[in-house]
Amino acid sequence: MDSALILQARNLTKRYGANIIFQDISLDVQKGETIVIIGPSGTGKSTLLRCLNLLTHVDSGQIFLEGEEITAPGINEDRVRQQIGMVFQNFLLFNHLTALDNVMLGLTKVRKLPKPQAHEKAMHELARVGLADRAGHYPGQLSGGQQQRVAIARALAMDPKVMLFDEPTSALDPELIGEVLGVMAQLARENMTMLVVTHEMGFAREVADRIVFMEKGHIVEQGAPDDLFERPQHARTREFLWKITELYGKKEKK
Amino acid sequence: MSAFIELFLRFLPDLLSGAAMTLLLTAEGLAAGFVLGLLAALGRTYGSKVWHALATAYIELFRGTPLLMQIFLLYYGLPGFGITLSREWAAFLALGLNSGAYQAEYLRGSILAIGEGQMIAGRAIGLSRWKTIWHIILPQALRLAIPAWANEPVSLLKSTAVVFLIAVPELMAKAKAIAAKTYDPIGAYLAAAVLYLVMVYLLDAFMKWMERKSLIPGLETK
Amino acid sequence: MLTDFFLYIAQGTAVTIGVTLVALPFGLAVGLLLALLYNYGGRWVSRAAGLYSLLMRGVPPVVLLFILYFILSGRLINLSPFWAGSLSLGLVSSAYQMEILRGALAAVGAGQMTAARAIGLTRLQAIRFVILPQAIRLAIPPWSNEASIVLKDSSLVYALGVPEILRRAQQLSATTGQPFLAFGAAALIYFALVFLTNRALDSLAERTKLPTQPV
Repeated sequence: MDSALILQARNLTKRYGANIIFQDISLDVQKGETIVIIGPSGTGKSTLLRCLNLLTHVDSGQIFLEGEEITAPGINEDRVRQQIGMVFQNFLLFNHLTALDNVMLGLTKVRKLPKPQAHEKAMHELARVGLADRAGHYPGQLSGGQQQRVAIARALAMDPKVMLFDEPTSALDPELIGEVLGVMAQLARENMTMLVVTHEMGFAREVADRIVFMEKGHIVEQGAPDDLFERPQHARTREFLWKITELYGKKEKK
Repeated sequence: MSAFIELFLRFLPDLLSGAAMTLLLTAEGLAAGFVLGLLAALGRTYGSKVWHALATAYIELFRGTPLLMQIFLLYYGLPGFGITLSREWAAFLALGLNSGAYQAEYLRGSILAIGEGQMIAGRAIGLSRWKTIWHIILPQALRLAIPAWANEPVSLLKSTAVVFLIAVPELMAKAKAIAAKTYDPIGAYLAAAVLYLVMVYLLDAFMKWMERKSLIPGLETK
Repeated sequence: MLTDFFLYIAQGTAVTIGVTLVALPFGLAVGLLLALLYNYGGRWVSRAAGLYSLLMRGVPPVVLLFILYFILSGRLINLSPFWAGSLSLGLVSSAYQMEILRGALAAVGAGQMTAARAIGLTRLQAIRFVILPQAIRLAIPPWSNEASIVLKDSSLVYALGVPEILRRAQQLSATTGQPFLAFGAAALIYFALVFLTNRALDSLAERTKLPTQPV
């Protein structure tokens, strides 16, 4: 079991001034696992993802990627970020580049692949998210769902060991959510290691190996989807699940 | 009217050589100003403390004082420090420094408008800070700056007219010489005005054409 | 010695401020009239105003200043260099101020005019009580920029022999043999004047801002 441990967070704490974003968070991620983090807005889920990717720095605690401490001083953060892919709520595609060039940029500038290889790899990743035919389009010419799929392809192109998804569908119109979740479910089936922050409970139940419920900067409880949804241990979890099913329809209520 | 046309045609070769000098000064000042402006804009957005402070002081000082004053300071003031500039060099330097301060503000505005999100996305795929600025922020910021920046060439061209006060032989200086020769200052300066109008409108049309060429597909409505 | 030095330039400062205080309001009056004619005048009136703006803004201010100066201090009208220079600068500025006000009037939008007419205001009343109060607020930031441009352009009347800051600095530079000091002092004064003008107009914009919902 230990050999399959890919990402390990130990007692992470993050504050902004006197404001504690999260405190003493520990989390083990196994290779190939899909973890969905749920919880009310403003409970530090997104910040946690950003800290795992070193886009923001924790105030205390340690993060290990395949046993190497990436929070150690002097670590090459750019190299770490290549290995941890991230998908953002608002896509953050490079607006001046076509879909293809968005995916190719990291390959040519970070991984220094020659153009033909980068092109081939980028086309492969675009095909993976079903957008090979949109390669020449600029972000402004794509729908939100398509933009997000390009963003996923851009992250995948770096062959990351872990993919982080920060509310990847919350900026999308309802009819476009499905195509993005479809791509993510496909990735999970291909055994990509994924950490997903989302409010899509249907996706969480069907795709996740483990659900983590976070509130007010703490992990309240975690477990297999069926356990957590059917037999939540904490009153706060029950309350949250009840509220969110009210909000997102009755589908999950049994 | 016919007297004006006669004057205009009689001195046209002279006026045109002055106009050529005007265009040269504009091009040189614009290029020098772009380099200075970019450095100052980067200083104010992503620079270290010292770089930021220097850039701020430069921009504020050159935007906060008249161009003519800057020209005099360089042309008459610098020899006291052992630096003697020719008229042309003083004009070029002053125009470049002055334009740079304005270009810095256009560029700074568009760099800020690109926003933190693009920086985060660049860092997320493993690009370093300066690589993200170079490959992601600047290509977008420069294009975004074009509509506002497109006013600068015309504005600088009009600014060059003051350098006749240190006797650089550009269009306005030629007009002044013609005024002295013909005792018809209004006619002489009107003749210069006509050529300035032509240059300004051609340059303006060219900038509008550039603006259309530089659009990023799909982004124009945002 | 040094106080004499500054006192001498300070007298120039008064002239610079004087030129600006003539040119700016004069340009505003002409510019406002033209903007109203452009937006609400008939087709030909509107076109004439547009042509004026186009021609004036297509020629360097210093060139216009010379043309207008020689007209205003010629045989027909004979104004002093101070008045001829200041009014000329005002005319130059009027075209730029017209553009600022025209943009602001257009930004207020036709809906406001319709709504004003719908409650029975006349066209002029609508402009006076509904459109202008909103347009002027919108125009303050760009107008503030124009104000500092006019202040800086006032240095151009140096070329007409008006004893403003720059002319004084030049005379000082000749008598003291300290050109850098003389022009440096002039630069500091300009910088302070531009800074104060911007500050004053910023606070005007702040005080006249319409309340909005906090975001």
